[in-house]
Amino acid sequence: MNFAELELLRATAKESIKLRLGEEPSDNFKYHVLVCGGTGCLSIGCQNTLDAFQKAVDSHGLQDSVKVVVTGCMGTCEMGPVITVFPEGYYYCRVQPEDAEEIVSSHLKNGKFVERLCYHAADGSVQARKSDMTFFKKQKRNALRNCGLISQTSLEEYIAMDGYKALAKVLQGMSPQQVVDEVKKSGLRGRGGAGFPTGVKWQFVLDQQADQKYIVCNGDEGDPGAFMDRSVLEDDPYSVIEAMTIGGYAVGASKGFAYIRLEYPRAIDHYNKALCRAREVGLLGNNILGTDFSFDIEIRVGAGAFVCGEETALLASIEGRRGEPRPRPPFPAVSGLFAKPTVINNVESWANICPIIINGGDWYASMGTEKSKGTKVFTLAGKITNTGLVEIPLGLTLREMVEDIGGGVPDGKAFKAAQTGGPSGGCIPAAYLDTPIDYENLAALGSIVGSGGMIIVDEGTCMVDLAKFYLGFTQDESCGKCTPCRIGTKRMLEILERITKGLGKEGDLELLVELANSIKASALCGLGQTAPNPILSTLRYFKDEFEAHIKDKNCPAGVCKMPRKGLKS
Amino acid sequence: MGAECKCNCDQEKKLDALFAQYKGNSNGLIVVMAAIQEVHGYLPKDFLVKTAEELGVPLSDVYGVATFYAAFSLRPRGRHCVNLCLGTACYVKGAPDVQTILEQEMGIKAGNTTEDRRFSLDLVRCLGACGIAPVLTVNGEVYPRMTAEKVNEILAKYE
Ligand SMILES: Cc1cc2nc3c(=O)[nH]c(=O)nc-3n(C[C@H](O)[C@H](O)[C@H](O)COP(=O)(O)O)c2cc1C
Ligand code: SF4
Ligand code: FES
Repeated sequence: MNFAELELLRATAKESIKLRLGEEPSDNFKYHVLVCGGTGCLSIGCQNTLDAFQKAVDSHGLQDSVKVVVTGCMGTCEMGPVITVFPEGYYYCRVQPEDAEEIVSSHLKNGKFVERLCYHAADGSVQARKSDMTFFKKQKRNALRNCGLISQTSLEEYIAMDGYKALAKVLQGMSPQQVVDEVKKSGLRGRGGAGFPTGVKWQFVLDQQADQKYIVCNGDEGDPGAFMDRSVLEDDPYSVIEAMTIGGYAVGASKGFAYIRLEYPRAIDHYNKALCRAREVGLLGNNILGTDFSFDIEIRVGAGAFVCGEETALLASIEGRRGEPRPRPPFPAVSGLFAKPTVINNVESWANICPIIINGGDWYASMGTEKSKGTKVFTLAGKITNTGLVEIPLGLTLREMVEDIGGGVPDGKAFKAAQTGGPSGGCIPAAYLDTPIDYENLAALGSIVGSGGMIIVDEGTCMVDLAKFYLGFTQDESCGKCTPCRIGTKRMLEILERITKGLGKEGDLELLVELANSIKASALCGLGQTAPNPILSTLRYFKDEFEAHIKDKNCPAGVCKMPRKGLKS
Repeated sequence: MGAECKCNCDQEKKLDALFAQYKGNSNGLIVVMAAIQEVHGYLPKDFLVKTAEELGVPLSDVYGVATFYAAFSLRPRGRHCVNLCLGTACYVKGAPDVQTILEQEMGIKAGNTTEDRRFSLDLVRCLGACGIAPVLTVNGEVYPRMTAEKVNEILAKYE
């Protein structure tokens, strides 16, 4: 494929999805029915709904005017199986196979939407179309721009949505330095957790002299409770492939690796299919788009170790070794994969690259806050009405996130805290609901943005137990290479286990803090350095709960099994 | 319009091809071992020795990698692999109760295989399906919104 052929393909492909974009199509279709085939919806039975739908469409003889498309995750996992009907964007939730007939006969045949299946807000009001829904109103989708809108592995639909426009622009007239400058200007910070400026990282690698350089995509997504990378890899794999290709051009690398965790078989499958297809049409491999630029990507599947998300451990794992982190410097930008200069970025970071190239770095930087530019994907989960995937401009308040987008805490319970940043992060209590979410504010509160996992907990959750859960996780996943992490987290966990069994002692909290500080100061990698964070942040805001466990042998939330009062240990 | 992959997926052949591809190349260690695990359900000793010889890696390194990664198992697994998610979202929504029932019903602790090799039970950390927590998978099939009551009904489906 060359540039002209790409544009030709785009022109025809665009015609076939115009209806979804609110434009007048030139074909005969009157409706596009998008059925969510994301992992959430799949497991709740969207296949049956899809089959029933197809059947109903056929039996009404509508196959020439109604197109049924399976897409990736639309973001509202709690409401699945979900169906969107375009051009208007009517949003049907929890659609069972027996509902298909009604949607077809009422909506698709007679133009009357089915109110019963639309989203009902907590106050009982009906939000029928996507554009009416509070869940979507405050979102701004860049990384997730195609998720839930196009068929998951269709190159044509990807290209219709401006796919490969960025690569064409780069190859047709931007120097590597110009590409790096654009990314720098965007202010994009790594979305994998550390928040390091992506453009600066690319500049380091561009400046290195080497016979070979590498591009790596970190798709290990280990933070329990985060699943945005999964969605991007499954639902929009080309966006990552195109971005990595651009990265290769920008820093002078001809080879890339995508490291995807084993627990995501569909992501591996879709990404692999997309790789094969891109190669077939000349968008990957030798002489991409007829130019003299060549680049290819190989998949590496993780083997189930959380620590392999850490960049040096991940590189060791690609090289076929135990995934143990090593001290930095040298940073991967200088000596990375096979000791060559390497750009390693997170899936979501990659997914932001193409829009930045197309629209310019200034455009991206116009979203977000002073120091935290652009948009970030969060996964809302736990005790929240609308669980799912949410992409917001940084700077939205936590309250807007929880109440407007998330629809509040269900079952009339009270919001207790938002846990962000997973096992490296901390909790934010109700008093800080009006804090704008960005890297600086969350850090000041003792938590982090991290990879974007956001778990909401209510009054029924014991904070001491939750802190223990996180420490149990990191202790389990510690690679054992350095002593502070291997042994220190074990001792902390033992203390927490005692406390939650009602066997806490005077002085336990002081000991926890002392251990926490020395582990933070001396552990080799981020896993150990951040492992104490959930405990420190819980101690900061919920010290009274710890004290109730230790002094009164009482778990206020009723989660921990305490011995009966008066019993001596 | 989904793209069809043209790669050869025949498993045994794939193993041989991998041994050939990575002959004398230690970088392929994990790729080869993952393929053995996939074909045989665990890492038989003979294959570990073969891997060491073919790739030119000390057997101790092969063993080191085998024991480092959770995906590798040195013992045969059950016919059905039950994975219970104990990620955060699942945890706060009641996965520990499901774990208790599963262990009771199978008569084993997580991380083990039943005597009759019907089930292996493992705990995993987040399957990326947190929106429908708590989640359980059996042989890769996802069961959403698990409760202790649903456990028996699901296990009964697998002989
Ligand atoms: C214990 C640990 C686990 C990590 N897990 C991940 C992960 O799953 N995905 C990821 O992208 N980054 C992860 N990181 C961060 C990476 O080390 C690295 O900073 C990141 O891949 C860089 O890409 P970015 O700048 O685009 O975020 C982890 C770091 C640590 C210390
Ligand atoms: S801090 Fe923990 S995970 Fe990191 S190198 Fe040390 S032992 Fe391994
Ligand atoms: S925490 Fe269980 S699927 Fe994410």
